[in-house]
Amino acid sequence: MDAILLQILNGLDKGSAYALIALGLTLIFGTLGVVNFAHGALFMIGAFCVVTLQKILNISTVAIDPTTVDFLGNPLKVKTPYIVNWFGEAAGSAIINWSVPLAILFAIPVMLFVGYAMERGLIKHFYKRPHADQILVTFGLAIVLQEIIKAFYGANPIPTPAPEIFRGSFDFGVWIGMAENAVIYPYWRLVYFAFSAIIIGSVFAFLQFTTFGMVVRAGMADRETVGLLGINIDKRFTIMFGIAAAVAGLAGVMYSPINSPNYHMGMDFLVLSFVVVVVGGMGSLPGAVLAGFTLGILESFASMNEVKGFFEAMYLPSIDQIIIYLVAIIILLVRPRGLMGRAGVMEE
Amino acid sequence: MFDKFQNNDRMLMLFFIFLVLAGPILLAPLGAGYPDLLQRFCIFGIFAIGFNILFGLTGYLSFGHAAFLGVGSYSAVWMFKLLTMNVIPALILAVVVAGLFSLLIGYISLRRSGIYFSILTLAFAQMSFSLAYSVLTPITNGETGLQLTLDDPRILDAANTSGGLPSTNFFGLTMNSTSKLEFFGMVFQFNVGFYFCAVMLILAFYLAMRIFRSPFGLMLKAIKTNQNRLNYTGVNTRPYTLAAFVISGMYAGLAGGLMACTDPLAGAERMQWTASGEVVLMTILGGSGTLLGPVLGAGFIKYFENIFSKINESVLHGWFSFLPDGLEDLIVWVLHFFVGKGWHLTLGLLFMMVVIFLPGGLLQGAANIIDWIRGKKQSSSTQISNPNSMPAE
Repeated sequence: MDAILLQILNGLDKGSAYALIALGLTLIFGTLGVVNFAHGALFMIGAFCVVTLQKILNISTVAIDPTTVDFLGNPLKVKTPYIVNWFGEAAGSAIINWSVPLAILFAIPVMLFVGYAMERGLIKHFYKRPHADQILVTFGLAIVLQEIIKAFYGANPIPTPAPEIFRGSFDFGVWIGMAENAVIYPYWRLVYFAFSAIIIGSVFAFLQFTTFGMVVRAGMADRETVGLLGINIDKRFTIMFGIAAAVAGLAGVMYSPINSPNYHMGMDFLVLSFVVVVVGGMGSLPGAVLAGFTLGILESFASMNEVKGFFEAMYLPSIDQIIIYLVAIIILLVRPRGLMGRAGVMEE
Repeated sequence: MFDKFQNNDRMLMLFFIFLVLAGPILLAPLGAGYPDLLQRFCIFGIFAIGFNILFGLTGYLSFGHAAFLGVGSYSAVWMFKLLTMNVIPALILAVVVAGLFSLLIGYISLRRSGIYFSILTLAFAQMSFSLAYSVLTPITNGETGLQLTLDDPRILDAANTSGGLPSTNFFGLTMNSTSKLEFFGMVFQFNVGFYFCAVMLILAFYLAMRIFRSPFGLMLKAIKTNQNRLNYTGVNTRPYTLAAFVISGMYAGLAGGLMACTDPLAGAERMQWTASGEVVLMTILGGSGTLLGPVLGAGFIKYFENIFSKINESVLHGWFSFLPDGLEDLIVWVLHFFVGKGWHLTLGLLFMMVVIFLPGGLLQGAANIIDWIRGKKQSSSTQISNPNSMPAE
């Protein structure tokens, strides 16, 4: 029982990331009808917002401290971040310590702007072009964004630690009345799951309970009619693109303590997120979320030693690497439209 | 110029054969006359021609073709390990295995079309990469890659007494033997491996031309133009698309096999989806749906990859040393993002430019320029089919 619970918990963080990226992909696809191969790059840019903020916060003055010397007898240089000078020792180091959550505030405007610029500057011109062109141009954009990040930040992963109180693990089993040391779980993963649940919930609430969301949903169902009613639907869809970019970016921001940001993390997640979207059913928001969590949890179950051992006996070691693809193939063979796909989406 | 050749296939074929066979001489002044690069031109040319049979003719955009290339490489290396160092059995096995593999993947992926198809092939390619990288380590030797060893059986070859690894050969002609010819201060290198690849490229090109002109090819073009209408008229398009998929998979297998012939090792990174992206790029850049386009695109990308990767900051400083210091540093600073390790950035930008402004690729661009020089109107332009001409739906 506790082993199963542990695997479900372990699958939640990856599942949340898949669900968030797939949600954004589906939003863009559902509103604008474009498959965005650059969505993984948006995830990566989100993670690099953290890196940037961390760098900005750590800009330091260098002073020579005459009281301490190194082994050669030279006085040591002491770096003090400006933040510490401005806000005092305690507040300053707390701000640096909390740079990942603070990066959320920094990333939201950045991602909204990136999404808005991307839609207005590039993707707008591709609505009437064939789907193959849309795929190709966003694929090219993904390469360009990735290489720009690589040129400025280098090819190595940059560690971005979580705030100190969220580092380390805790005994999750005790919380829910199980034996001690049965289910040990890192704090940050729980934070990540809670955060993505909030984001997913607010996206759905936004679409369901606001006038703006109602118009967007109507536009997803029948764009032309909404346009005929005198509503500027294009503008709203552009804003939705920005929101989708922000969702991917925030997923990247919060994921950065789990996986140090590197320039190809977006591509790694993109392929799996596509699988998630296809399994969930193209154009279905609940499907994307459901499939994201299901596949994440499935992946973590496949990495259990018992399961691995079982497949190893069948000459298939490390089944966890391909389980998602295998399941996706089976689901598509049985239900070609995906778990919650509607008829008539992408079936020309 | 090109449109005339299109009308006259025999001329095009002769022109192509001349270009390929004279490659070592024609490209030597450009600094690309050495065997390694020439072989890559041919191999990626074959790969792109094969991809074009699927994408250019049927319009199905596969993002997983590198998987077939990798499968071809692995099977060829296994043939070198087990049977003989002769390249012919290795290539046959590579093509057959890649064909079977693409039959399997094509059968599943072709159940859907459009974006679904692209995503499915992408997922399959990534799965094959994971399979090769970790799951099937006994067959693929995991991250290290599959290599020849001294104690491989090689049951058809004579016992290896030299103490070194044997090299691949074509009935005794070693692949990496090169004869050099000096002429007016330039060195021309004629390499067996290159000429073997060149003959394969010419055969591949000829076959592609026959497919383009055949009733089968016409059917594929019809599928690209309007698949619905075909379905309504009672034609089952699935066997045709599947056949195109398998043929292009076999081309990729041949390319992968040749890669193993020129350098007998196979690694999982050949199957990664960036490698699939590269062949898409080559085809689009040259001009998808045209005969010469993919080969040109492959040559173009491999050539500039080679040139650009070699440029570094000191070379740039050398070029711009005539400028005032501040300006020189600024220009070098801007340009250094695009050369050397930044080659992929240039490639990405170039790719976006081509997709945005020149959807027909370089051949379309050349045709446009020729028309412009002749002062003709754009509308009466060329026979080169524009891949974006979408049918009325």
